[in-house]
Amino acid sequence: MTATLYGLTGAALVGIGLYGLIVRRHALRRLLAFNLLGSGVFLLFGAVAERAGPGGDPVPHAMIITGIVVALAATALGVALVLHLARETGRAEPDPPEG
Amino acid sequence: MTALWLLDLCLVAVILAVALSAVAARDLFAATVFFVAYGLLIALAWVRLDAVDVALAEAAIGAGLTGVLLLGVTARVHMEARTPGPGRGMRLAIGAGCAAVSVALAAAVLSLPVPAPSLVPAVEAAIPATGLGNPVTAVLLAFRGYDTLLETLVLLLALLGVWSLAPDRLWGGRPGLRHRARPEGTLAWLGRLLPPIGLLVGVYVFWIGSDQPGGAFQAGTILAAVWLLAIMAGLSDAPPVRSLALRLVLVAGPVVFLGIGTAGLFVAGAFLGYPPAAAKTLIVTVEAALTLSIAATLALLVAGAPERAP
Amino acid sequence: MRLALDLFTILCVSAGGVFFLAATIGMLRFPDTLTRLHALTKADNLGLGLVVLGLLPRMEGVAEALKLVGIWLLALLAAATVAQLVARAALRETAGQPGGPPR
Repeated sequence: MTATLYGLTGAALVGIGLYGLIVRRHALRRLLAFNLLGSGVFLLFGAVAERAGPGGDPVPHAMIITGIVVALAATALGVALVLHLARETGRAEPDPPEG
Repeated sequence: MTALWLLDLCLVAVILAVALSAVAARDLFAATVFFVAYGLLIALAWVRLDAVDVALAEAAIGAGLTGVLLLGVTARVHMEARTPGPGRGMRLAIGAGCAAVSVALAAAVLSLPVPAPSLVPAVEAAIPATGLGNPVTAVLLAFRGYDTLLETLVLLLALLGVWSLAPDRLWGGRPGLRHRARPEGTLAWLGRLLPPIGLLVGVYVFWIGSDQPGGAFQAGTILAAVWLLAIMAGLSDAPPVRSLALRLVLVAGPVVFLGIGTAGLFVAGAFLGYPPAAAKTLIVTVEAALTLSIAATLALLVAGAPERAP
Repeated sequence: MRLALDLFTILCVSAGGVFFLAATIGMLRFPDTLTRLHALTKADNLGLGLVVLGLLPRMEGVAEALKLVGIWLLALLAAATVAQLVARAALRETAGQPGGPPR
């Protein structure tokens, strides 16, 4: 029951993160949305782990921890790229699409 | 049972509201603050999902370090996005598409197989050989040691990526994170008071990780936070990235892990295998080295690219 | 005895909840940063303190109870420092403006 509730929350979070990732132009807002999306995926995975029984399945838990750490590494690299972009071009967004 | 169910419902509602606010907020600073609050709430969700190890990692890394990273860059990048976002009709279409993704995922959640597949019996059968009591640590360092080894290498790669964004003349210099806090101010006072406590908590979380929730990643994050606090309070400076000592600390974890893993090839008959008699000692050794390297790597990832000439 | 301890827990945790509620209302309703900070400290100091106090008799041993108290003390420390820093930033921002402190 709990697992299903949080699984559904994870599904909703993926949608929210995806929307922010597409609609927002500012690169930092996109990074933020990317983190929301990732967190939703983790929550989905965690819900699957919880269904394995009381205490949950440790294998998904370990992989989620790995995921959280890698998400931070990706975010840090993204932040460094945004700072570089802002310094070089004075903008904090990618070029607008052609046409 | 009903009270807990009510708690879950409230928590989920607040999580979704805060996530929506983080995407919808008008200015970047507000969005970042919403995101930090979101990380803490998600940590509570992990506790409700019986994943205390993940809750610790989420609170420390997802909310803590990511929050510091994003708040720091928010203070430096002031420009707004100049190109307008998609128009109203387009936004509606995108919203519908994203909602469809969510609905599909929700349908998948509702149609998960019963009984749920589980690796719990496999972990329970194999864990006595490791001498550990915390199954998550056993998975991270023994059963799926490959993942963790590669993950620490990914962390190093990301750090190299961040460093490589520095202009040539600054290569090898100190990261930009330098703060001038008043020497007798509140922040400097906290910076002197908290590190001993933080070190103690960090070592405790590492040590207890063998048998209870905790471990190298959570402990490394706490140590990284302590270091960052000392830097922000102006009590110490970020080291120049060409420093040999720093680089040795950064690679210590992966090198020890690889070394012991390769030795396992001869002693235990498999790469990243441990001889059962010494399994726990070896695992704790690897974890200790990893904790140190993770702490340094995470702190430097947050500190950013070199910005001051060596 | 058991009943008395349960009652103690219920009373303390509820009182803590009331302080959290009051602090939240204060956060939302008070007019400026400094008064809002004042409201926040009620949640951290008294609210969390009462919750911790109420949970103490439920801990398994002295070490566990001390850990709980340690968490409260750390939260106090962090809250006090952050309140100072935010207040200083707020003062700097409003300095010289009508209604603000002298520059």
